Amino acid sequence: MTDKANLLRVWEKLQSVKDPEIDSVSVVELGMVDEVKVVGDTVTIKMLPTFMGCPALDIIRKNVEKEIASLAVFELVEVKFIYQPPWTSDRITEEGREKLKDFGIAPPPIMDESGEWHVDCPYCGSTYTTLENIFGPTACRSILYCKGCKNPFEAMKPISTLM
Amino acid sequence: MNITSVEEAKKDSAYYKALTQLLYQLADDDFIIAFRGSEWLGLAPHIEEDVAFSSINQDTMGHSAMFYQLLEELGEGDMDALAHARKADERVNAVLLEKVNGPGNYLIEPKYDWAFAVVRHYFYTQAKKIKIESLKNSSYEPLKHVAIKVNMELYYHLLHWKTWFTQLCLANGEAKTRMKAAIETVLDDFEGVLSQGPEAATISQFGLIGREDRIRQQFITIMTEVFEKVELTFPAQMGLKSGDGRKGQHTKDLEEAILTLGEVYNSNPTATW
Repeated sequence: MTDKANLLRVWEKLQSVKDPEIDSVSVVELGMVDEVKVVGDTVTIKMLPTFMGCPALDIIRKNVEKEIASLAVFELVEVKFIYQPPWTSDRITEEGREKLKDFGIAPPPIMDESGEWHVDCPYCGSTYTTLENIFGPTACRSILYCKGCKNPFEAMKPISTLM
Repeated sequence: MNITSVEEAKKDSAYYKALTQLLYQLADDDFIIAFRGSEWLGLAPHIEEDVAFSSINQDTMGHSAMFYQLLEELGEGDMDALAHARKADERVNAVLLEKVNGPGNYLIEPKYDWAFAVVRHYFYTQAKKIKIESLKNSSYEPLKHVAIKVNMELYYHLLHWKTWFTQLCLANGEAKTRMKAAIETVLDDFEGVLSQGPEAATISQFGLIGREDRIRQQFITIMTEVFEKVELTFPAQMGLKSGDGRKGQHTKDLEEAILTLGEVYNSNPTATW
């Protein structure tokens, strides 16, 4: 099998590695995979940590190693967390944004130039929401409340280098 | 000047010394303030604050981990050992950040002072913001990348503490009196946070971070403006009352903190968590 074919298999397999705390979304959809390099029987996967203090990072690393090892084509699987480029919330793909909503988490809002942001309810789509707490149950989420359908919900925090 | 790798940083021993000294300051500061913050878990004034504060502490611990990781890459030793196993006199955090939250302890009658927590964390976060902005132009490229990462999370921390600070300073009742007392306590030792230690001159000559006096001036300018908005006057007099942490001078508060935070690590230093 050529390196190119193996590369495709790695990317495909990475789709089955989910965020341990949001199991509908893969690490690829979250924009956490920066680069995959295949040279013969070695694969190097460069990943971008979302929040550095996130305890899920080690679990994600192990899950990536395990999934890729299950392909049984590589002698060496190397997973590296790198800081450049930094992970930003706009790296989440369109599919990832939809799947977050399925999980009941609003995708990260797009910030305008003044740093203002607004989140619609992931359940009913209402725009009539209030921010209860910028900080949520995990480092990457905020807590909001929908006055339309009267449900509390969470949203991914916007993270940008413009901050 | 742009140093892109560990090898390059090691070529000049003076550069290496200045770089590691700065990294120890950044790592130790974040590490101990995150520990003190985490002692508030379950004790914060309301449940939303509990969620927010613990999230901030988790982020801050993550920042210290990045700085310790840079030190590990430079050959200073295993990052977990750097965080947990160093004695008090080997640490260079500012003394203000190691001080207990108040009388009592986490398990027995914690009589912690929320005013002190707000002022200490707000002032520290503001000073850190200035340093991190400066580090985005550091001559050590790996540090520059870490700074960009830290900065994005810091945005939310600063917003949080500034809100608490402003609201409590403008509140009625005992709030104002307690905030004034806390401001005095924090400023008495704040020079220690702004200090870049005995290597300050070489640290800035090598372009690792902006000059200490410029960072101090920026801090004073920002604080003067914030104080005006809450009808107070920023005294601009900051001290080193409890000792110079950058020189390894510390209080028994740090020794006790190391015993507590290192308890699990020391039970089996070779364990993988």
